Order: sequence, then C-alpha cells, then structure tokens
Amino acid sequence: MTSRVGILAIQGDVEAHARALRSAGAQAVPVLREKDLDGLAALILPGGESTTISKGMDRLALWEPVREFAASGRPVLGTCAGAILLARAVRHHPVPTLGLLDALAVRNAYGTQVDSFAVQVDQGAKEGLEGLRCVFIRAPQLEDLGADVEILAQVEGRPVLVRQANLWAATFHPELTPDPRLHQLLLLPTGPPTQAVKQGVKQGAGSIC
Amino acid sequence: MSNDNEGRQNAETYELKVGLAEMMKGGVIMDVTTPDQAKIAEQSGAVAVMALERVPADIRAEGGVARMCAIQIIEGIQKQVSIPVMAKVRIGHFAEAQVLDALGVDFIDESEVLTPADDTHHIDKAPFRSPFVCGARNVGEALRRIGEGAAMIRTKGEAGSGNIVEAVRHLRQVNGDIRAIQALRVEELATRAKELGAPVDLVRYVHEHGKLPVPNFAAGGIATPADAALCMSLGAEAVFVGSGIFKSEDPESRARACVHATTHWQEPAEVLNASRGLGKAMEGIEMETLDESERLANRGW
Repeated sequence: MTSRVGILAIQGDVEAHARALRSAGAQAVPVLREKDLDGLAALILPGGESTTISKGMDRLALWEPVREFAASGRPVLGTCAGAILLARAVRHHPVPTLGLLDALAVRNAYGTQVDSFAVQVDQGAKEGLEGLRCVFIRAPQLEDLGADVEILAQVEGRPVLVRQANLWAATFHPELTPDPRLHQLLLLPTGPPTQAVKQGVKQGAGSIC
Repeated sequence: MSNDNEGRQNAETYELKVGLAEMMKGGVIMDVTTPDQAKIAEQSGAVAVMALERVPADIRAEGGVARMCAIQIIEGIQKQVSIPVMAKVRIGHFAEAQVLDALGVDFIDESEVLTPADDTHHIDKAPFRSPFVCGARNVGEALRRIGEGAAMIRTKGEAGSGNIVEAVRHLRQVNGDIRAIQALRVEELATRAKELGAPVDLVRYVHEHGKLPVPNFAAGGIATPADAALCMSLGAEAVFVGSGIFKSEDPESRARACVHATTHWQEPAEVLNASRGLGKAMEGIEMETLDESERLANRGW
C-alpha cells in the first residue's frame, strides 16, 4: 500500500515536498489539524518562514500533537525552517520550537537572499547520499550537536543533514531538486525513538536561548 | 524548469531566486514604512515585508513623484526583522535596483506603484543577485516580465484602492489565459506568442505545465481576510497586503487575521473567525471614480 506522508501546511513550499513525495512513491497529505496526523507513516516540516510557521503552530495548538507523533517513532523530516522547528534552541531572532533535535539552530546563518547558494555535499557523506546537491536559501546552520545526533552530510565542513533516531533535519531544500533519495530514505523503517525524543531533549523543551 | 532565463543568467542563481518565492507560498507579504511596523508585521506572522516610504493609499492621496524608499528606512527594517525584506524600485530604474542589490535586499519589486522611470523598457532583471517580482494583468505581461528575469509574478490589482475588483480581474485573466494556451495545438503556440508579445519558449512552458514557471501571487486592493481568501481561491499562491493593514483602525489584529485567512482559505469557518472584531477597514475607492490616468495598473509595458 502507498505510504501516506504528512506535510505541515501552515505556510511554505508544501507543494514542492508533495511533488518530491509523489516521485518517491508516497502519497502527500497536508496537515493543519491534530486529526490530520492520523494514519501517517511520516511527517515533513517544510521550508518557509520559521516565525510564520511557529505562530501557526501556536494558533492551531499543534506543538504537543507533533511532539507525540515524533515520540511514536515515525520519521519526521524538517527542511530549513522545518529543521529550525525541530531544534532544541535557536540563536539569532529566536522562535519557539519543538525542542526534539539535540542541536542549536542559527537562523539566516549565511546572510540574506543574495548569499543563497547551491552546492554538492562534501566527500564522505553517508552511504547512499554521495553527491547530493543542496540548495541553501537564507539557510540556517546546526551547531552544538548532542551525542545522539549523527551527521549524514556536510558542506564546507558544517553539518547540513543530521539524524537523531527517527528525526531528520536538513538545512537545505531536498524538495527543490529532482533527486528523490532523501524522501525515499524517509520512507524506510527507522529504529525506535531515543529516550531524548520521547521526553523532549530537556525539561521545558522548545525554550528560547 | 526550462526557459529562456537558464541561458541568459546562471541557471543556479535563477533556481535560488525562484526558490525563495516558493518559500513564501501560503503567506502574506505586508507593506511597511517603519521598523516598528515591520516588527508588528513579523509578530503577526507575515512571511516578508515590503519597505516603502509611503503606502500606496498615501501616494495616491498626496501625489508627487514616488521613488525608491530612503536607504536608512530599509536598513532600519533589515536590522529589526529576520523575515525577508523586499523593496520597490521604479519601472525601468535599473540604477535604483543596483542600489538595492548592493544593499542585499531579499526581493526587489519593479513596481507600478512608484512613478515609472522609463515609459518603454523594464529592467533587465537576470543579471541581478536579488530576485525580482513584477506586476501583471494578463499572461503576456507576466511572461514578458519572466523573460526579463522576474522570479515571481503578482497581479497588479489597483494598489491603494482598498478595492479587490482589479486583482480579481487580473487573477481570472492570467489563469484564463493559461487555460487557453493549454488548449492550443503545438503548432499554434508561436502565433499565440506573437499575439501575446511573450517569449515563445515561455508560452511552450505554460502549454506543457499549465502554470507560470514562477510563483503567482495576488496584490492590489486586498483589505480584509475574506479578500485574501478570495484571491487564494482564485489560484493565487500567496498575497500582498499593502495599504490594507496599516491604513486600517487596528493594524495588528488585521495583519494576524489576513495571515490566518490565507492559511485557512479553504475553511470558511476559519475565515469567519479571522473576520471577527477587526475594527474599521481602510477606506476604499470605487473604480468608476478613478480617472484612467489615476490607475496605477496601466503603468508597465
């Protein structure tokens, strides 16, 4: 049966993720309510504006339902703004986050739009992800990674794709390139969630530093 | 994506420009004239702000030549917010655009709201680092702007009027034109391109994909949450709210309400919630009272 994968649809490049999911053989389901999470195999937090999406999460009371979804062990992928939402804390114009991924997200770490760029991942990326082309648009960086966070790919020596049990975070936009590998990986079975994901990284998960 | 711009400008750069437009989908871009207004817009959930010295309603009321915003205002806004900062330049005024590009604004709007600097030519937008958005009333105008390098199209509507009728007309026109192109036989595309005054490769793109090669947003006259929902229902992928927010009685609630309605345009009950307790909307202008020469949408060639 075709896997149903949710895309948080408050704002952002929902359509680009839906296209990528279809080419990876999955069905895309927009998520705006807690009930939309029912029966999903995985969830994507798309690119967009993290302040806008974060405020939408408040308004729709989606923080706890998404944390519970992650704690169920099903895969969650955050790209760019979505990666910021997953992080433990945010530096430079902080926003409230889910506080699930043991990493510090630095917003607009490369600068404004004129500093946006596209490049292949460094040598030494995780098997199956070699040569992945990454599009960075006003992208964040991930710093201060916890021991449970595995670096899958780097660009210029900085982590751009990381994984912590069932949580995946990309600081770039895999949905904007035709390469379906990351969306395909999301559909593979993952291990059980770590204790950290079950409980939130620390008390008061999602705090602002 | 395959179109003319890949040959003239670095394909990668064009991908990044259109990519930022993709990130703004489903959002509201708000006109602001001060860093404080920009902060209110950001706090209300705007996906970007448009820096201006005067909102279109004031430009209309006060008259005079409307130019690019003063640099210190744009810089103040850039310091104040983390969301993308856009700014307008006069049609054809590539030197104003070069100044904004050097300043590193996130998007440049070559806009009919300002007084045109060139009555024949638009800016050649491909060589710039900053992406451009341009207004269009029909698919020919949209494809000409994309051929010049625009990474986002918006309807012109009638800026500063608080009247949605022109934005609706332009959305229906662009989308109707697209459907008409789709219905053509392949050998008819070149003649259609000639009639539209549009690059033939872009007409072929529309024929094949049934949409513009860049995101298509609504602008011009949006004043209420229901206006935003109407534009989204007619196929806009995001909305610009100009004078509608900061010329209303309670900008903060109206800004939040427009954001909410743009996310939930498919749910009338949510648009209803967004429409409650907003205070007075901006004053509107009936189109018949506007002389042809007062219509900003007629600017652009």
